[in-house]
Amino acid sequence: MANSTLSRKSLVLLLGLVVLLALPPVALALDEAFFISLFSRILIYALAAVSLDLILGYAGMASLGHGAFLGVGAYVVGILAFHVSEDLAIPFLPGAWTGTTSAVIAWSAAIVMSALVALAIGALSLRTSGVYFIMITLAFAQMLYFFFVSLVTYGGDDGVNLEQRNSFPLLDLGDDTRFYYVCLAVLLGFIYLCQRLVNSRFGMVMRGCKQNETRMRALGFETYKYKLACFVIAGAGAGLAGALAANQSEFVSPGLMHWTRSGEVMVMVILGGMGTLFGPVFGAIALLLMEEILAAYTQHWMIILGPILILVVLFARRGIYGFLAGDGGRDG
Amino acid sequence: MTFFLFLEQTLNAFQLGVMLFLMAAGLTLVFGIMNMINLAHGSFYMIGAYVAAYVGHLTGSFFIAVAVALPVAAIVGMAVETIALRKLYNRDHLDQVLATFGLILFFNELTSIIWGPQAIFVPIPPLFAGSVEIIPGVPYPVYRLVIIAAGLAVAVLLRLLIVKTRTGMLIRAGASNREMVSALGVDIDRLYTVVFGLGALLAGLAGALAGPILATEIGMGENILILTFVVIIVGGIGSIRGALIGALLVGLVDTYGRAFLPTLLRALFEDPSVADGVGASVSSMSIYILMAVVLVIRPRGLFQAYG
Repeated sequence: MANSTLSRKSLVLLLGLVVLLALPPVALALDEAFFISLFSRILIYALAAVSLDLILGYAGMASLGHGAFLGVGAYVVGILAFHVSEDLAIPFLPGAWTGTTSAVIAWSAAIVMSALVALAIGALSLRTSGVYFIMITLAFAQMLYFFFVSLVTYGGDDGVNLEQRNSFPLLDLGDDTRFYYVCLAVLLGFIYLCQRLVNSRFGMVMRGCKQNETRMRALGFETYKYKLACFVIAGAGAGLAGALAANQSEFVSPGLMHWTRSGEVMVMVILGGMGTLFGPVFGAIALLLMEEILAAYTQHWMIILGPILILVVLFARRGIYGFLAGDGGRDG
Repeated sequence: MTFFLFLEQTLNAFQLGVMLFLMAAGLTLVFGIMNMINLAHGSFYMIGAYVAAYVGHLTGSFFIAVAVALPVAAIVGMAVETIALRKLYNRDHLDQVLATFGLILFFNELTSIIWGPQAIFVPIPPLFAGSVEIIPGVPYPVYRLVIIAAGLAVAVLLRLLIVKTRTGMLIRAGASNREMVSALGVDIDRLYTVVFGLGALLAGLAGALAGPILATEIGMGENILILTFVVIIVGGIGSIRGALIGALLVGLVDTYGRAFLPTLLRALFEDPSVADGVGASVSSMSIYILMAVVLVIRPRGLFQAYG
């Protein structure tokens, strides 16, 4: 029994991986290049969703402000590129640095900045828990949203355009197929990292906190520090997703950190299967495809999506991945 | 002159504060009694605003518009509670967030189908048009004074309802111990529906009053919802008194921040354009900074209701 469910899970994952790997050549052969950019976007949101699941599903922290880190990551890339194209020194930084379009530097900066923002927001928000935590993370994300709206230099409400995507040495990201594979590689790398993380001692402490934080404290763990570290890692992951999102659309705006975005990412996690590493990927695929398909039929697609969400919450508890992979769907 | 400006801004702050109070009172009651976080509370605000705008346009009467908008918002609230949300009271907060997020999408789209995607501008009712001199030389719009008066009247009525009536007694009892109240034979389901409807009614009232001074548009509910969350976090979840104090505090900080911070910063920075930029950023964040400060000092809000 255990063996057969294990193989069912492996089968689902293998099939998913084959589909994702084969997508660009198939899409090109069918002359539907649109699917490559659609699925690049899906992979990027999957990355954000996996990072949210780390705090939501494994550590039990319901954050409704994850879009903030997505936005910070994207703005780091956007602002660095903006200063290159305007040949303008970045204010408040030592030395007259005029930005960069190097992917290595810009993406690292995006990860570091979003981690720092997560550290600040987490340090305050984690003083509370439960429903307070939901509202506070939401409020801080909204604060950052208004902050970026008020940055007139960087387009305010309208955001900034990137002249071109960031560049790797020897690798041209301007090509959609290559960019797709970079997104896929980043996503798989992050999932691998999370797998190592949730199965480590650190991960066990996190899951212990989700079950019963008081007990973990009684066992002598400083749960605040563990939770904060987890929150920062998740923020960094979302920041990387933001950096990719900025490159994908070659455009950055405060809309990325609007609270509906945080809600969407949360929906992806629940829809796919909370507390699993691959579930959020299925959730991202399902939600964004559903949006595309419904939008093709009617411009009022949200009137269908809304009730679907309510039904999912009421009746489909385990999510898509739990449904596909059966009882063995738990990762780690 | 500065004193007059200060007075005017203080009244603006009170006007924003009472609007936030109308929203926060319902939200905090629903949370305190049903242990339910309801993101769709903003949708009732939007429904109140749209129905009032529509009826006001048809009849030309502001009073009929408000009189229709209130029961509509309350009925929609009770219907939503009975059909969907009732099943979520014992669920995780996360499930409640998701389901009510779904409700927001639904209501926003429904509103857009019925009334179209453009914002609607509602004229100020002629009876309250124009301004009065609150002290000689300082004119202030009558309509905004009406909002302040209405909000304060609701606060008093709510207090009477909760302290003096049987329903209010049950609400208080429900907030402190739900199981005990239902064990004593009170129809707890009906109480929940009534409380939810009352919250929706107050949100609808806020929406109907907001129509003439703000644009009536899709998404207006979410903007005020997040401000309301800040109010509740500052005031303390489940406490009506906390909601009132929190709402006035948030109103004051937001209004003063926008009115005086840029001028203040101009004195600090040499370059006025930098000062304006920083001023705009900081004043748009001021209430969240207030929230962060309250969190550091009292993580469960200024007026903790229970627990």
